[in-house]
Amino acid sequence: MKYNLTHLKELESEAIYVIREVVAQFENPALLFSGGKDSILCYHLAKKAFHPGKIPFPLVHVDTGHNFPETIQFRDQLVEKDGVELIVGSVQQSIDEGKAIEETGFNASRNGLQTVTLLETIESNKFDACMGGARRDEEKARAKERFFSHRDEFGQWDPKNQRPELWNIFNGMKHMGENFRVFPISNWTEMDVWQYILAENIELPSIYFSHERDVFMRDGVIYADGEYMNKRPEEKVEKRVVRFRTIGDMSCTGAVESPADNLEKIIEEVAATRTTERGTRADDKRSEAAMEDRKKQGYF
Amino acid sequence: MSDTTTAGYLDMELLRFTTAGSVDDGKSTLIGRLLYDSKAIFQDQLEAVEKASKRIGGEGEVNLALLTDGLRSEREQGITIDVAYRYFATPKRKFIIADTPGHIQYTRNMVTGASTANLAIILVDARHGLVEQTSRHSFIASLLGIKHVVYCINKMDLVDYSQERYEEIKSDIEDFASKLEINDIRYIPISALFGDNVVDRSKKMDWYEGATLLYTLETVHIGSDENLVDGRFPVQTVIRPQTTEFHDYRGYAGRVAGGVLKKGDEVTVLPSGFTSKIAKIDSYDGEIQEAFPPMSCTVILEDDIDVSRGDMIVRTNNQPDDTQDHELMVCWMSKRPIQLNGKYAVKHTSRDARCIVKEIRYKVDINNLHKLEDDKTINMNDIARIKIRTTVPLFTDRYQRNRNTGSLIIIDEATNETVGAGMIL
Repeated sequence: MKYNLTHLKELESEAIYVIREVVAQFENPALLFSGGKDSILCYHLAKKAFHPGKIPFPLVHVDTGHNFPETIQFRDQLVEKDGVELIVGSVQQSIDEGKAIEETGFNASRNGLQTVTLLETIESNKFDACMGGARRDEEKARAKERFFSHRDEFGQWDPKNQRPELWNIFNGMKHMGENFRVFPISNWTEMDVWQYILAENIELPSIYFSHERDVFMRDGVIYADGEYMNKRPEEKVEKRVVRFRTIGDMSCTGAVESPADNLEKIIEEVAATRTTERGTRADDKRSEAAMEDRKKQGYF
Repeated sequence: MSDTTTAGYLDMELLRFTTAGSVDDGKSTLIGRLLYDSKAIFQDQLEAVEKASKRIGGEGEVNLALLTDGLRSEREQGITIDVAYRYFATPKRKFIIADTPGHIQYTRNMVTGASTANLAIILVDARHGLVEQTSRHSFIASLLGIKHVVYCINKMDLVDYSQERYEEIKSDIEDFASKLEINDIRYIPISALFGDNVVDRSKKMDWYEGATLLYTLETVHIGSDENLVDGRFPVQTVIRPQTTEFHDYRGYAGRVAGGVLKKGDEVTVLPSGFTSKIAKIDSYDGEIQEAFPPMSCTVILEDDIDVSRGDMIVRTNNQPDDTQDHELMVCWMSKRPIQLNGKYAVKHTSRDARCIVKEIRYKVDINNLHKLEDDKTINMNDIARIKIRTTVPLFTDRYQRNRNTGSLIIIDEATNETVGAGMIL
């Protein structure tokens, strides 16, 4: 008998350990759930962590109102099937209440506004730890994140003043009003996520797989057409065979042209690709430090 | 990553390593080379770095350090502030690099990066040989219990790929390293800039018959790095579904911190001292025959005894130290010096306690390992031997025997910040 875990089992074990640590160290945790593959993976790992019990925290979806319909349908089916609690924070409501101001223009996106709604949802539900599916390989500011990421009473991240994180001992101590973001799959890469989803046969929303869709081109990015999308006159809608590598708000998530209609083909595609998955995200392209700036304000 | 098949991918091991080097020794170039040659750098990342290099005004060359320096202020100042984690894979293994900065708060960051590493790469500039920094890096690697250290004698191109120079440096390091507790030490002459002996064998150093760096990383034996002898299971949380189907289910969730646990093992629960037997080791994927580190699982005992978070399930015939008094080496990480007789919070495995600093024995000069018995002001980045007493007993093993049960963190109760990393002696 070889007493050695494979790397995916080791990553799984690490994530389960982190999720259990959250439940043990905090009073009122939650799992941020966007309906994307990383949050679905976190949910799957949470189920494993507390089996045969139920997961002892709710899912929180920060809903921009500009979602892919397939994602919402998937979310609702999952909640129904597993009987988990879902809390929805609505960006539309934040706008209606005057707490967030809608961007205007052709590149308007509600991605940034999510931060307002997220912080409000955390505050009104008194969450002291929100787990999320962010990974360090995604983006250069995220490469500097801790598993347990401390946020001050304004929800801000201070990258220059992070707590050192040693061994597997996580320090979740905090003052009143402060909270934590916790990232159980910090050490997973995009390839790890896909291989694990295949190995564990985890169900995903259909838009990750190749399908025909109405799209238009802008700045080299393929956008899905939808009722919230402001198009310039020269931007023509056409049908293409596409899939999405990441799922965010419709207004900032680009598609890739792809015939990959099952997990094996997606994995081949991920292995051969020469661009990062966030290369399809307009929200990261606003400036070189776009992610860092959003995170400092309280984005996850 | 392009030739990773699914079957092979599911069977790979994970190697975590840290890189240590001083400011201009080519550490970023080496990491850039490993990432680039293993195709872990993507086109859009490279383009972004090219764009940034032009703006910051490099000398026309693409600055691979920008790949690892993620924060705005790091890029502006051209320095690395914080530990960054990098990922790459070859068809043989998956790698996590803890990339630690060269100067600012060096010790604190290297200790952090080293705390989870199996292996450390220590870069030595072939022109300068063994310098103070090399000793410092070696000492930290040894203190943090890293099992494998690879000295890369870099910039061989600048010393005409001289075997004589390489042997001279190697012999200097060997003399120094004999004072340290590292079992597996290797030496590789490289040129990170030109790629000699990094991924491909050097054509200019025929005299070197050892492995390349990448081959070493891919094959170094890490299977026995974990402690497989002393059965230790710190309880993180208790799983009690209280449903009709699992009415009497009471499972202790945790991650194995040492030894191999099996059904039927006679165990003792600390601190209560009650004994029982393991009835079952459970998981979502079914019953586990043998649980070993770092596996997360759920242990069910035959007897209904009181067990909660912070308790430790151990093999009855092999128990850890159970004491309130601890001697440790500590790396201090706060601007406020350590307070003699000061009170702090402590976290050890899943157990919380408070402690008082009873004695500061000495400070270590990490450049030459001298004990400074007269200097007891322990500042940020200092390493010292101290004695603490905890409010409740901790169940510990020596750090060099078991990293999981031999480590603890010290927390300032006023700020809640982690201020010390402790290794039990």
